[in-house]
Amino acid sequence: MTRSMTGARMVVQALKDQGVEVVFGYPGGAVLPIYDEIFQQNDIRHILVRHEQGAVHMAEGYARSTGKPGVALVTSGPGATNAVTGLTDALMDSIPIIVLTGQVPTFMIGTDGFQEADTVGITRPCTKMNWLVKDTAKLSETIHQAFHVATQGRPGPVLIDIPKDVQFATSEYVPPSKARTDHYQPKVKGDLDAVTRMVEMLETAERPLFYTGGGVINSGKAASQLLVEFADATGIPVTSTLMGLGAYPASGKGWIGMLGMHGLYEANLAMHGCDLMINVGARFDDRITGRISDFSPKSKKIHIDIDASSINKVIRVDLPIVGDVGHVLEDALKIWKARGRKVNKEGIAKWWAQIEEWKKVKCLSYEPSTTTIKPQYALERLEALTKGYDRYITTEVGQHQMWAAQFLGFDAPNRWMTSGGLGTMGYGLPASIGVQIAHPEALVINVAGEASWLMNMQEMGTAMQFRAPVKQFILNNERLGMVRQWQELLHGERYSSSWSESLPDFVKLAEAFGCKGIQVSDPKDLDDAILEMLAYDGPVIFDCRVEKHENCFPMIPSGKPHNEMLLSADASAFKSGAVLV
Amino acid sequence: MSALNIKKGATSHSAYDLRDSHMQVEESHTLAVIVENEPGVLARVIGLFSGRGYNIDSLTVAEVDHTGHRSRITIVTRGTPAVIDQIEKQLSRMVPVHAVHDLTAEGPSVQRELALIKVVGKGDARIEALRLCEIFRAKVVDSTLESFIFEMTGTPEKIDAFADLLRPLGLSEIARTGVAALSRGF
Repeated sequence: MTRSMTGARMVVQALKDQGVEVVFGYPGGAVLPIYDEIFQQNDIRHILVRHEQGAVHMAEGYARSTGKPGVALVTSGPGATNAVTGLTDALMDSIPIIVLTGQVPTFMIGTDGFQEADTVGITRPCTKMNWLVKDTAKLSETIHQAFHVATQGRPGPVLIDIPKDVQFATSEYVPPSKARTDHYQPKVKGDLDAVTRMVEMLETAERPLFYTGGGVINSGKAASQLLVEFADATGIPVTSTLMGLGAYPASGKGWIGMLGMHGLYEANLAMHGCDLMINVGARFDDRITGRISDFSPKSKKIHIDIDASSINKVIRVDLPIVGDVGHVLEDALKIWKARGRKVNKEGIAKWWAQIEEWKKVKCLSYEPSTTTIKPQYALERLEALTKGYDRYITTEVGQHQMWAAQFLGFDAPNRWMTSGGLGTMGYGLPASIGVQIAHPEALVINVAGEASWLMNMQEMGTAMQFRAPVKQFILNNERLGMVRQWQELLHGERYSSSWSESLPDFVKLAEAFGCKGIQVSDPKDLDDAILEMLAYDGPVIFDCRVEKHENCFPMIPSGKPHNEMLLSADASAFKSGAVLV
Repeated sequence: MSALNIKKGATSHSAYDLRDSHMQVEESHTLAVIVENEPGVLARVIGLFSGRGYNIDSLTVAEVDHTGHRSRITIVTRGTPAVIDQIEKQLSRMVPVHAVHDLTAEGPSVQRELALIKVVGKGDARIEALRLCEIFRAKVVDSTLESFIFEMTGTPEKIDAFADLLRPLGLSEIARTGVAALSRGF
């Protein structure tokens, strides 16, 4: 049976057939036919945002917290260009989202029409794939292909540009089962010989280490479970990138903390000192590797990645395995068990003893204060008071993001949403709304800095309109903290444009939006304030006045290797190149 | 394929990757990229090269399979072995790319380019140009009393050599197609 319908109806039908429940969007001239169709149905919920960038970050938050693709709908021209930051963010962090943009009618393309932009041209480098659909007959199949491409292989953002006349014209609807997707079928099974070789290597390794990344989370919950089973059965310690937090539980016995520029001392030294590094779905980002020439000099390296281009891009590895993390870990675990569950017990015991020594440095310790709230203390209290909740955390970008990664523990995947690759200030607030829409009953907290938070604060209107009780936990130091930190350490304490002047009164701002505002500046009041935030049934803007000049440590300055970490702001030690190992 | 003709750096006949990506010597490689013939696909491929800072020395593109909607893009690029390896993988992961062949690494290949060369002159120079045309097995495809257009097909090096000789004889314009290439044998 074939069904004839308008392009606009096809869009809504295709979204329904793909299981979409929520669309984040903003209407405009070139998408009005689609909005008219959305108006006439009740299966798909539309969340009206306040800015298109917010729509895309909400779709990202929705996607990362559910494992399902997120969908955003925006108009032509400025609607599309406002979506570019979100698309790039999703590309860098491999988040599956589908962005639908309106376009001027096909016969007007190229005439500099009102709200015309070369959307596919602009978004080509910041999408995994994009399409301009010029024929209604191809529209429904293209949408199904877009979902396929966004979710298969290494996930990523896709965009479909739909001219207004294509939305009005009528054609046959193609259901998902009839859509051609055979041309894009990435390999998910790893080469079994290579997986066997990996098992052989880890059986004898004296100082093995799992270095895991966002790929484990993208692979699905089963991949996280397999990682836990494998790491716990072998006794191999686990560290993770910012993107991979929660794949291996923070309460797990193999967990040694996050690695990287602001990673834990023990995790970075384990990276530097291991003799076998097993990279599971991470990509040797420059925030992870530090100086390439001194990166983990004594180790054999195995790299499991679904994207062959990630392998040998930055760090040359000894054993590449192209495949989906879940499939490869499953095969590896089977082979390891079949070969008799061998590990170098003595070596690993010594390795753990070494790691325990490193842990004694207590790299996250900070100078406590009874008069001002230290940002680390605020996060410790937040962690303690929210531990029992069904909790999701998003962040903005900067010092607060790193402290959140250091001081909050994640015991399950899909609970931690942060802008890793692109480092997008303004990500956290809209992302928290996307998460809350997907999980209406859960506690969703955006750990923010006041500067990042202001970048997309208009979305508080969205949170209010759709009753998303997101908690905006702002660590307010009246500074662009990370910029300030770099200026202190690397630019002679010349604080060029790195303080926030003319800040709004966040409590009054909350009242203006119609939600609750809480301000706290005395450490003695912090717990009660947090409990008040948690008890409030609605959005809260929590203005936590913290120490203004706190620096985030440990820190590996750019271009330094893992064993040259700074543990304090002793800038003189830094200038003389002091090694802290 | 003859085992003796494997070029330096070739990996297709070895159990190990013989290339050392830390070797900083740049190599020239010819890549054949089979793509879906759809709008924007060339921009996608070129955008990858400019966006990631890779070189393009020559580029040709045309549809090669009308019913299958396939186009073939032939790219001559330069880079260290690690960069060439990245280019191949980055191209391979693009959604509308069906296959990527590194013709330089995969074995011997045939490379040809077509050039149209206009020479303007009179007297001895004109006669000398015509003589060179015969020696290089080029064809005269247009002639006036004071000019010729030569058509020549050959390797880029042969076209370079021909053009260099014609320059003092009145070469005024040259149009080149870029390299088309196929691997030898089957």
